[in-house]
Amino acid sequence: MKEAQGHNKNKKFGMVIDLDKCTGCGACMVACMAENNVPFREDESDKQLGTAWMRVYKMTNGKPFPETEVCYIPRPCMHCEGHGGHSPCVSVCPATATDYDNHTGIVSQIYTRCFGCRYCMAACPYHARVFNWWDPVWPADMEKMLNPDVSVRMRGVVEKCSFCYHRYQRAMEKAYYEERQEIEEDEYQTSCTQACPAGAIAFGDLNNPDHAVHQLVKPDNRHGGRPKNPHAFRLLERLGTNPKVYYLSSREWVIRAGDNYVKNEKTGAGGH
Amino acid sequence: MKIDRRSFLALAVGGAAGTALTPLPWKLTDDSSIWSQNWPWTPVPEKGENSYAFTSCTLCPGGCGLMVRMVGERAVKIEGLEGHPVNDGGVCVLGLSGLQLLYGSTRVKTPLKRVGKRGQGHWKKISWEAALAEVAEKLGQLRDDNQSHTVACITGSKHGTIPALFKRFMTVYGSPNVMTTPSVGDTLEMALQVMHGVEAQAGYDVENADYILSFGSGLIEGWGAPVRMFRANSAWRENGTKVVQVEPRLSNTAAKSDQWIPINPGTEAALAMGIAHVMMKESLVNNDFVESYTEGYTGWKKMVLDEYAPEKVASITGIDKMVIVKVAREFAGAGKPLALCGRGNGETPGSLAEAMAVHTVNALVGNINQEGGVVAVPIPEYAAWPETGLDNTAQIGMAKDRVDGAGSDAFPLAASLLNRFAAGAMSAKDYPVNALLVSGTNPVYSTPGANDFKKAVEKIPFVVSFSSYMDETAMQADLILPNHVYLERYEDIPVMAGLQKPMVELTQPVVFPMHDTKNAGDAIIELSNAMGGSIGDAFPWESYEACLEETLGDKWDVLSEDGLWEDEAFQPAGWGEAFATASGKFEFMNPDMDLMPSYVPLNLEGNASTFPLLLMPFDSMRLASGFISDPPFVIKAVEDTILKGKDACVEVNPATAKSLGLADGKPATLSTPKGEARVRIYHYHGIMPGVVAIPRGLGHSADDKYMAGKGVNFNELIGPVEDRASGLDMAWGVRAKLAKA
Ligand code: SF4
Ligand code: SF4
Ligand code: SF4
Repeated sequence: MKEAQGHNKNKKFGMVIDLDKCTGCGACMVACMAENNVPFREDESDKQLGTAWMRVYKMTNGKPFPETEVCYIPRPCMHCEGHGGHSPCVSVCPATATDYDNHTGIVSQIYTRCFGCRYCMAACPYHARVFNWWDPVWPADMEKMLNPDVSVRMRGVVEKCSFCYHRYQRAMEKAYYEERQEIEEDEYQTSCTQACPAGAIAFGDLNNPDHAVHQLVKPDNRHGGRPKNPHAFRLLERLGTNPKVYYLSSREWVIRAGDNYVKNEKTGAGGH
Repeated sequence: MKIDRRSFLALAVGGAAGTALTPLPWKLTDDSSIWSQNWPWTPVPEKGENSYAFTSCTLCPGGCGLMVRMVGERAVKIEGLEGHPVNDGGVCVLGLSGLQLLYGSTRVKTPLKRVGKRGQGHWKKISWEAALAEVAEKLGQLRDDNQSHTVACITGSKHGTIPALFKRFMTVYGSPNVMTTPSVGDTLEMALQVMHGVEAQAGYDVENADYILSFGSGLIEGWGAPVRMFRANSAWRENGTKVVQVEPRLSNTAAKSDQWIPINPGTEAALAMGIAHVMMKESLVNNDFVESYTEGYTGWKKMVLDEYAPEKVASITGIDKMVIVKVAREFAGAGKPLALCGRGNGETPGSLAEAMAVHTVNALVGNINQEGGVVAVPIPEYAAWPETGLDNTAQIGMAKDRVDGAGSDAFPLAASLLNRFAAGAMSAKDYPVNALLVSGTNPVYSTPGANDFKKAVEKIPFVVSFSSYMDETAMQADLILPNHVYLERYEDIPVMAGLQKPMVELTQPVVFPMHDTKNAGDAIIELSNAMGGSIGDAFPWESYEACLEETLGDKWDVLSEDGLWEDEAFQPAGWGEAFATASGKFEFMNPDMDLMPSYVPLNLEGNASTFPLLLMPFDSMRLASGFISDPPFVIKAVEDTILKGKDACVEVNPATAKSLGLADGKPATLSTPKGEARVRIYHYHGIMPGVVAIPRGLGHSADDKYMAGKGVNFNELIGPVEDRASGLDMAWGVRAKLAKA
């Protein structure tokens, strides 16, 4: 399939999450679990041990009542490009179990290659990777709801958000059968994007000016994909991880919380 | 060959080194990983033909359209139906987890008969014939003894054919004691009955409003049709609609609003009256509406001007006087302002005077039945079958007073008062309750005063549950006649969740029933036939499906085709025709019933010296608090500031916590006059000092280990407080104490 698109411009799939719209409802998390055969356990309250690929964090502005503000921030894998595909996690994996695909910009995770050293988890600044401390258990008839497009993982391997890569494969297969070279924007959407009841998530090709994600953030590819929209930001922008997940917010404190700003330093949004 | 973990590791490393050098396409690697993961201990999902099946969600009143991804006969994923008027592709955490209810371990798989003590969970499987015969015999015996009125029935929703079949059964059997699960919808219906003189549900044109003033409604926390409200909220962000949230706690709704106005708990009605005061005093009302289409305005206005001056309201609500004045001016000055009420997700009814107070704020700006306003939406009453004759026993039974007092002289507006049932059944003042049928609801868990409710149920000699799941109420049953789950059955769902138009949806089976279950509609038809006589005659249908098809008439074709029937032509009545009160106008007060929009302070249970704090519940989209328990995916999505280990977290303002010496994350004991529970302290700046809050939807004791034994059930810590005007539960909180554990 890669061959088939060889002469096309590379894609750069990315996500834009509007934090003004996000309600913190968690539907993206569950849509992801249901799509990607993510297992669950009896006690899921220790989030360090959990296996959620998408996690919604609660942030507050730290001010006392009644000046308090809260914002939720959903965090999938950022599919960092780094410089020329050197994502933090990819760079450290001794087993090449995770790789940067230049045709799609997606950072893969191949469970069968992973032998569980967890270097990538340590390298990922976003805590996007999780480890299977236990073999998965699906009680009663719950194995019936497993998605055949996604392999089931076992104890001892690391996993993470794949931007629902199997959905891309499905869309490309369909296009191929229909003798098309390209897929439409709506043919490949991640499970979280599709489910979000607030319509807070946009997904698509950041390189394609017709796609919503491009229009929302106006990425500046000459400067490592930095957003030109002043209300758009990426987490830990200045680390140089070059993530493909962008956030939108109209609140200055939220934008500031997305990176380590020094006290009087200005963010792109110019403050209000 | 059995591959153990060790030899597999070697294989995997070798494989990795090889493939890393070749530019193999991804598809192949993924295929090979599926192949190489074919070990005995990890399942390989079976492949099959891909298709989609369409239905509607019934897990809350929201009525989302669903498409279920099928692989062969397996349902593998629930997705929101694009283009559906309620949810347009979106779906909530609970809706997404529905397959875990279908395939999970909490299903009741066959009819069960209790063998051990009540609540012990010892059951014997029995056949449907034997189960139905036993119910028919027990109920027949009570009827022969002229005790038919001592049988009570509780259903989930109020509308649609299933509740109607239960009600019809009870009527021909001879008992007036049919109760439904309460919500703020009941209170709003009463408000419309009193002020408009019509029987209607309150619909809100939130999409077209341009200023939203919410009196504590959890607009993005399950209020109304949840996904519709999410979509509206996003649209408000885009089109600049201002949202003002009045609430003591920084809920998610407050966090997303443009202005959060913290208010002393329970004083929302006073604020509504204060706003009305400013609008009337400054002549900011819609004169056309007020002068030509309303009754009692002058008297009410005088009362409000006398009693709700901003200074006074400020002292009641704790809101700055200037804020009250400013909000009133903004609201009145907006193009299409809309005020909303119903705390949290609207599962508790609240006070009638308060609902009326908020409704008058709407009336003053003349948004009744207008674009962007409140719409009185007629209730689709298609499940009205011809009356059949009641035999003598039934007539005598039906003439008896109800256990819950609904419809009596004290509570003429009420059709059902579940909050009064436990006390009625316990006291057996007029007569004892000898049997109870429960369908589509889990009142032992979800009724405030849950422990008292449970005691009342324990006293009832014969309890029959129609639950699909082994929930708290089913645990108290003598017999369980399990319903199919929604993904296995047909059922009509009139959507009553604040939509602007009458809408009916159809839940349709997407998989064959997994177990030996039966649609509750069929169960009730078969039970009637087993009882025979005038009871059997009232149920001429050969099956529930036949009944549904016949009842829905021409709607059936649309529903079975599209899954949805909307009254496209519906237009809200103009002001001239809208009101069917004695005056034919909108009535600000009803002197006959001594009913008036006003602030009625609530006497909270418990005294302030023993219980110095106020405990309030909050609702979260990540927890279901109704008749469905949270499946594993939902529990997995719950934040660790809500549930930690087996403890629910209690939100305490850091200042309050400091004065009580309660450190963040530490265990504590939360007690109220109703009970106590172990909790964990969560310092949260967003909650008013002196107020503490815990989530609703935790603390299940039944179901399975994924759901049960987590946190505390708020309903066990609070009891109902009766609203004298409506009879409904008006409690919004309870007094409490927190101490180190
Ligand atoms: S589903 Fe949407 S609204 Fe809900 S938490 Fe995720 S991004 Fe936010
Ligand atoms: S977010 Fe973490 S796991 Fe994802 S690409 Fe970046 S470094 Fe790797
Ligand atoms: S909002 Fe209600 S109807 Fe919609 S998916 Fe969730 S539970 Fe189902």
